[in-house]
Amino acid sequence: MKELRDPAALRRLLGEIEGQVRGIGRAPRLMEVCGTHTMALFKSGLTPLLARAGVEMVSGPGCPVCITPNGIHEAAIAVLTGIENLTLAAFGDMTRVPTRKGSLQTAIPARGSRLRIVYSPEEALDEARRAPDRPVVFFGAGFETTIPAIAYTVRRAAEERLRNYAVLPALWLVPPALRAVLEGGKVAVDGFIYPGHVSAVIGVEPYEFVAREFGVPGAVAGFEPGDILLAVRSILDQMAEGKPRVALEYSRAIGRDGNAVARALMAEIFEPYDASWRGLGKIPGSGLRFRAAFAGFDAGPRFGLETAGPDRDLDGCRCGEVLRGVIRPEGCRLFGKKCLPDSPLGPCMVSYEGACLIHFKYGTERRARV
Amino acid sequence: MCLAIPARITRIDESGQGTASYIGSEVKVNLSLVPQAKRGDWVIIHAGFAISVMNAREARETLRLFKELAAASRDERA
Amino acid sequence: MTKISLELGSGGRLMREFIAGKIVASFGEPLLGELGDAVHLPGGIAFTTDSYVVDPIVFPGGDIGRLAVNGTVNDLVVSGAEPRFLSLALILEEGLDADLLDRVLRSVRAAARTAGVRVVTGDTKVVRRGQGDKIYINTAGLGRSIAHPRLSKVRRGDKVILTGTLGDHSLAVMLARGDYGLRSSVRSDCAPLLFLLPLWRTGALWMRDVTRGGLATVLFELAERLPHPLLIEEDRIPLSRPVRAASGLLGIDPLYMACEGKAVVIAPKARAGAFLRRLRGHPLGRQAAVIGEVQDEVGHPGELLLRTTAGGLRLLEPLTSELLPRIC
Repeated sequence: MKELRDPAALRRLLGEIEGQVRGIGRAPRLMEVCGTHTMALFKSGLTPLLARAGVEMVSGPGCPVCITPNGIHEAAIAVLTGIENLTLAAFGDMTRVPTRKGSLQTAIPARGSRLRIVYSPEEALDEARRAPDRPVVFFGAGFETTIPAIAYTVRRAAEERLRNYAVLPALWLVPPALRAVLEGGKVAVDGFIYPGHVSAVIGVEPYEFVAREFGVPGAVAGFEPGDILLAVRSILDQMAEGKPRVALEYSRAIGRDGNAVARALMAEIFEPYDASWRGLGKIPGSGLRFRAAFAGFDAGPRFGLETAGPDRDLDGCRCGEVLRGVIRPEGCRLFGKKCLPDSPLGPCMVSYEGACLIHFKYGTERRARV
Repeated sequence: MCLAIPARITRIDESGQGTASYIGSEVKVNLSLVPQAKRGDWVIIHAGFAISVMNAREARETLRLFKELAAASRDERA
Repeated sequence: MTKISLELGSGGRLMREFIAGKIVASFGEPLLGELGDAVHLPGGIAFTTDSYVVDPIVFPGGDIGRLAVNGTVNDLVVSGAEPRFLSLALILEEGLDADLLDRVLRSVRAAARTAGVRVVTGDTKVVRRGQGDKIYINTAGLGRSIAHPRLSKVRRGDKVILTGTLGDHSLAVMLARGDYGLRSSVRSDCAPLLFLLPLWRTGALWMRDVTRGGLATVLFELAERLPHPLLIEEDRIPLSRPVRAASGLLGIDPLYMACEGKAVVIAPKARAGAFLRRLRGHPLGRQAAVIGEVQDEVGHPGELLLRTTAGGLRLLEPLTSELLPRIC
């Protein structure tokens, strides 16, 4: 869809947005919840253009790599380094997170064990199918977009009686985290850009409480520059009219009801619990864990892993505040000095979606004259 | 949090395994989450799974909107 | 105790610091400190060496043998030398299939013939199974100096020419491993860059082949040494369809993907048109394009900027770690 990147169309939208900001009479502050939006904003160079139009963007807690607490990352490292003749499968992003025990990339695997980077959870399942005697642990991290795919592998493994397959779960739900951000009260946000691909699964309804209870406007957006500007325009419209709601600005890709098949599969395998997020602490009903019927596929108990350790950030790291939108990456004293992409101290400098890495790599505001 | 791309389904084999075409490349796609999907449909693919079937009418509508925006912008400059 | 991690070898900042801080500092050798792709020795001789490690050994469009010849040939070419002689050192893993070794040697011979270089000395070692991965190759190359890069002559308005599409080698190797459920017609672009040699005789100011670290890393290192910022335009950068697809699907940025048969050339403003015509007249340079220039409109000295398709500006950094597909 190159039309959604056409500079002429984008100029027009930015002009309209600038007009809307003048009408509102102050600079709105919008949170893009999803790290893929953060990435798209910076990669396309849209952030400084929006700033010039008067809209300030803050990044939200939408990066599973970043918000997964240290304890779980360390458990994954313990699996790889402590158990022989096993495969630990993980998404690329998860393998570089620094902990006190190093990262999955720097860890030296136990004898005969190896780390395998996968694009699809099914690649991990396939590996378990190919060698039924060799344990495969999938480090299953993700939000509602990814969880159905992870649930699928568990159901298939159960059907095929693949006893060598297990998942180390790091599964997070977006709406409870939004509530935590709003109730935390520290961040004044005028509107939310909701994650388009999470919404493909959960639909629009789960965000309605934001408008209803907190009076904050929002729009579900796709990931092309044009998609994001449409969402911004819709949010500013809602602000001007004083009628907050959840607009859907990504209707070519998703319906308001989301994907019921995917939700049913999630619910079949997993159940909600009060999970701890890095930086946000314990949030009611914000994580998923195995239901009793599938507990045999939970790598935690199977390998006696300790995952619930305290949320220990490295000294001086302010990722927690960055994730809540309380400070910008540049507000952390380590940013760009001791904490760099190739020697990261916190997960926000590791993940391709991490606000710190994105600000460092793409942040024209850091040095450039534009 | 969720990198995903739109691609068109080119093949569905008996086991339900799909293949989709994306800028001329072939992508293996699991269609279990979108049982209604047919050959020729555009789907949103995330981590090897189709999570949504795209709405062709809405897609055309979005394209039309952006062509109008671009045209309006060029008129402004002219 | 610090241990060497894979990250050190990924071509990023860590590696640059290691080379400057540990290697160059240990020898106090002025010629080594120049850190070009090859060194010009007294007597008009250019000298370089490179080691080749690739998994899998054979991939669409080439194999480790072809890579080991062209990589070293290209280092000489972009340094301003005509490649003449190669050494060939093999490190073989016990148990290696002899047919595979034959194939690689045939590739070395064919690539050397194409590039007009002679393999004149070499070495073979065999290591125990598990102590190496099938075949490692080191080649050193000798060439005749024909020109020296002249960075000090680079002026505002001079053009950045890219000789073809980005990332094909990187993707071909990645997909040859059979991972990620992605299939495409991508082939490695592994090829000798000899067709660039005439540009040295007609005023080229600087060249570098775009290998590990990709275009962004190569141009960042150049920008650091120039008095004016470099600006490149996203929509002028040629990309093959398979690379576009993989970059969308796996979230890998083509600006950081490796090539094995592409280079950037800095052309004096007045010569850029002629350079482009000459490059496009060669089968390996048909998609050559002026992708940017040395300028003073935006940015600060030392910076590399990208004007995006959407019309925004983005600062580019060198590669910081190995390219991994991301879903998030």
